[in-house]
Amino acid sequence: MVNQRPTYYEEIERKGYSRRDFLKFCSMITAYMGASQLGIAQVAEAMETTPRIPIIWLHFQECTCCSESFIRSSHPIVADILMDQISLDYTETLMAASGHQAELAKEETMKKYKGEYILCVEGTVPTAENGVYCCIGGKTAHQVLEEAAEGAKAIIAWGTCASSGCVQAAKPNPTTATPIHKIIKNKPIVRVPGCPPIGEVMAGVVVHLVTFGTLPELDGSKRPKAFYSKRVHDSCHRRPYFDAGLFVETFDDENAKKGYCLYKVGCKGPVTYNSCGIIKWNNGVSNPIQSGHGCFSCSEDDYWDNGSLYSRTTGYAGFGIESDADEVGKIALGATAVGIGAHAVATNIRKRKLISDLIDEDETQKES
Amino acid sequence: MSQRIVIDPITRIEGHLRVEADIQDGKVVNAYSSGTMVRLLEEILRGRDPRDAWAFVGRVCGVCTSTHSLTSVRAVEDALKITVPPNAELVRNIMFAVLYMHDHVVHFYHLHALDWVDIVNALQADPKKTAEIAQSISNYPKSSVGHFSDLKKRIKKFVDSGQLGIFANGYWGHSAYKLPPEINLIGVSHYLDALEWQKEIVKVQAIFGGKNPHPNYLVGGMACSIGLNDAAGINAERLAYVHQLLKDAKKFIEQVYIPDLLAIASFYKDWGAIGGGLGNFLSYGDLPTNGYADKSSFKFPSGVILNKDISKIHEVDLSDEGHVQEFVNNSWYDYSGGNEVGLHPWKGETKLNYDGPQPPYDNLDFNKAYSFLKTPRWKGHAMEVGPLARMVIGYAKGIPEYKEVVDSTLAKLEVPVTALFSTLGRTAARGLESILVADWALEFYDELIANIKNGDIRMANTEKFEPSTWDASCKGVGYAEAPRGALGHWIVIENQKIKNYQLVVPTTWNASPRDPKGQVSAYESALLDTPIADPENPVEILRTVHSFDPCMACSVHLYDEEGKHISQTKVV
Repeated sequence: MVNQRPTYYEEIERKGYSRRDFLKFCSMITAYMGASQLGIAQVAEAMETTPRIPIIWLHFQECTCCSESFIRSSHPIVADILMDQISLDYTETLMAASGHQAELAKEETMKKYKGEYILCVEGTVPTAENGVYCCIGGKTAHQVLEEAAEGAKAIIAWGTCASSGCVQAAKPNPTTATPIHKIIKNKPIVRVPGCPPIGEVMAGVVVHLVTFGTLPELDGSKRPKAFYSKRVHDSCHRRPYFDAGLFVETFDDENAKKGYCLYKVGCKGPVTYNSCGIIKWNNGVSNPIQSGHGCFSCSEDDYWDNGSLYSRTTGYAGFGIESDADEVGKIALGATAVGIGAHAVATNIRKRKLISDLIDEDETQKES
Repeated sequence: MSQRIVIDPITRIEGHLRVEADIQDGKVVNAYSSGTMVRLLEEILRGRDPRDAWAFVGRVCGVCTSTHSLTSVRAVEDALKITVPPNAELVRNIMFAVLYMHDHVVHFYHLHALDWVDIVNALQADPKKTAEIAQSISNYPKSSVGHFSDLKKRIKKFVDSGQLGIFANGYWGHSAYKLPPEINLIGVSHYLDALEWQKEIVKVQAIFGGKNPHPNYLVGGMACSIGLNDAAGINAERLAYVHQLLKDAKKFIEQVYIPDLLAIASFYKDWGAIGGGLGNFLSYGDLPTNGYADKSSFKFPSGVILNKDISKIHEVDLSDEGHVQEFVNNSWYDYSGGNEVGLHPWKGETKLNYDGPQPPYDNLDFNKAYSFLKTPRWKGHAMEVGPLARMVIGYAKGIPEYKEVVDSTLAKLEVPVTALFSTLGRTAARGLESILVADWALEFYDELIANIKNGDIRMANTEKFEPSTWDASCKGVGYAEAPRGALGHWIVIENQKIKNYQLVVPTTWNASPRDPKGQVSAYESALLDTPIADPENPVEILRTVHSFDPCMACSVHLYDEEGKHISQTKVV
């Protein structure tokens, strides 16, 4: 048994690509990365000599929806990711070994690939009561995380749990469920929020690492810009109905059957940054809004504590103006808002009757 | 002298499970099952909008995703006396059937198969012989010599890389593996195919619920309006998409899952006499065909069987305080009236009291509490819930389709009916109910189409959606047969807010610690007498534990710290 990881070049050679194909691929990547022609040789060399990336994937306080979403990825399919692109050396959900054999696999990777492996984390770490509310192999989640983080090259915080806390951190957060960046301060961390994140987004983050050898470019909130820089509202296929002032008033009414805007039944698309409108879900089949339910903002911090799913977004800061991700990210949700009314007026100036109705609605909402 | 072994983490499950077992003369003589993670979601639900509860409790589990959301909307609808339109019931049934098919196939290949299939041994397979075997047991087209030959090369390269990834440190070469190399190679092939297939079937949930995992539900029905004239609504294209996916799923189950299950089982018939466990079975029933209120219409019947006596089926009453009770004598909680009493969920109370060892620890102390799971009992009896319970109850009730799949499978494997009560029986039951569910899903689909043709396009009943229409105080219970077994949610609503929310979950029934009488629960019972060839590599324990398909996040989510679970609720 050869105890060495195959390089990216060896991998694609095995899949039947020629060296010529390989060099073409390198030149495409070089162009994509904005490097000069001189860079091609460097990229090719890196690809030929860089082995598959070892990954340790930890599970803490979570529901495993992130792992489930990851295996839903259609491009690439997860079998190819697991067999060809990464070496997933530890994940409680899929790994064959249990107990001390499993722990040994993790320790071997931590030792052998110190400073090289990527640490993926799913779930929060409970810090109350010395961490006894989540133990694995007799150690607390906190201990397990700190040990694995020490030699990691970078950390990917999968999902809203690891990114910001999610459901178990909702008030009153009885176990003091804590997101990863509040515990590990000395490593690059990528936050990939969503409950769960879209499968292709998760695969996209991994593929970026494998293909380009770098972390994807991040916004001010450490989220990959590629997937979290657009509001769901701005990429929503129902948006023209919003602009025209045509709304679903109650679920399954006549307007719902026509596919009108879901804002009045609680859609939080206007304050949510995610790719649901563009990449969509399950290989582009649908998204929550397409299937008739409003977005409830599952990729935003503290979304469980921002009122009912079916209340309107008037209380959110940053809504109603064309803000960018960083700007909204900096505004504490729930603070004084620029209301929906302003946005509706600005975009619907020709629909005076509908708009005045809408504003009336909003006034009522604010008063209540 | 017995030897204590610890398996923690148990992998290829959802969540955090620890098993400690005493081995003597090559057999398990004593076993302890412990849930080691808690989130306290019920405390978080207090004071929230009951219409939101499905989204919170949906996040109990992303593996059996949608189960808790469904059960939650049923609980709220029960409390508010809402009847959902037939189309919504059918869409929920279709989504639930999809979960079953997805969950059972993924369990078989990705969570359970590696207990039986030796991946490394597949390298010894002869591709030609493999193709012959594959073609003799199924008409699944991906079975050529070339396919198996390429796959073998792929595995070889993977193994030679020295980086086995998720297969690292497995039990490869263990004497408990009995399959010939060719069956192992078929197993690996379908492990990969099933991984690709599972992302397809869930698209049905995305069409109706917007996404998977965690599709959206709605109190009063479903949010996915039928919009035959809307390009993005539930129109002819969407319905045809659903139909195609359901047909493809049935094909995969019939051509891949079931033949593999039978082929693998035929080499492990001895496991038809191992891991039987309690012999007590409980099902709440599910998949209504004439509305959720008409329990007699359910595809999965409800009932209780005690001590493997299939001649007598007892009735289950979720409102009777003598039926379902929970104990905490071996759990990290305290009851105000003492820890030896059992409390009905409506009167349940819970206060966390961790008195286990301070981590890092090597062993738990089983003279004290040892789990974050409570211990549920039915009339004082420990019960097994899940696919085997459902199949045994359907069989005991003499329902023809249950009789047919069970009897024909026993005949094919040439094993007696007692083989049902075993690790193998549990694993087989999951496959058999997948056959039934695949057919039912198409029935539900046909019925949905017939309704729409007849002009009924209602998808939600919103008469009581506004909280102002509700009584000041009301209570309800929702239940379901989750893939892993009987699931109940109890809700108390006061002044439009959740006053109390309780869940009693399948894995809590199966994986819980001992009760005050010292009676073991299903896992601890089923592990007794399991043969262990090598205590350092206890793959046999994994076989039996995995045959239950543990879901730990479901089983411990739990419980409020105040311990004020009063409440009376109306009967289902």
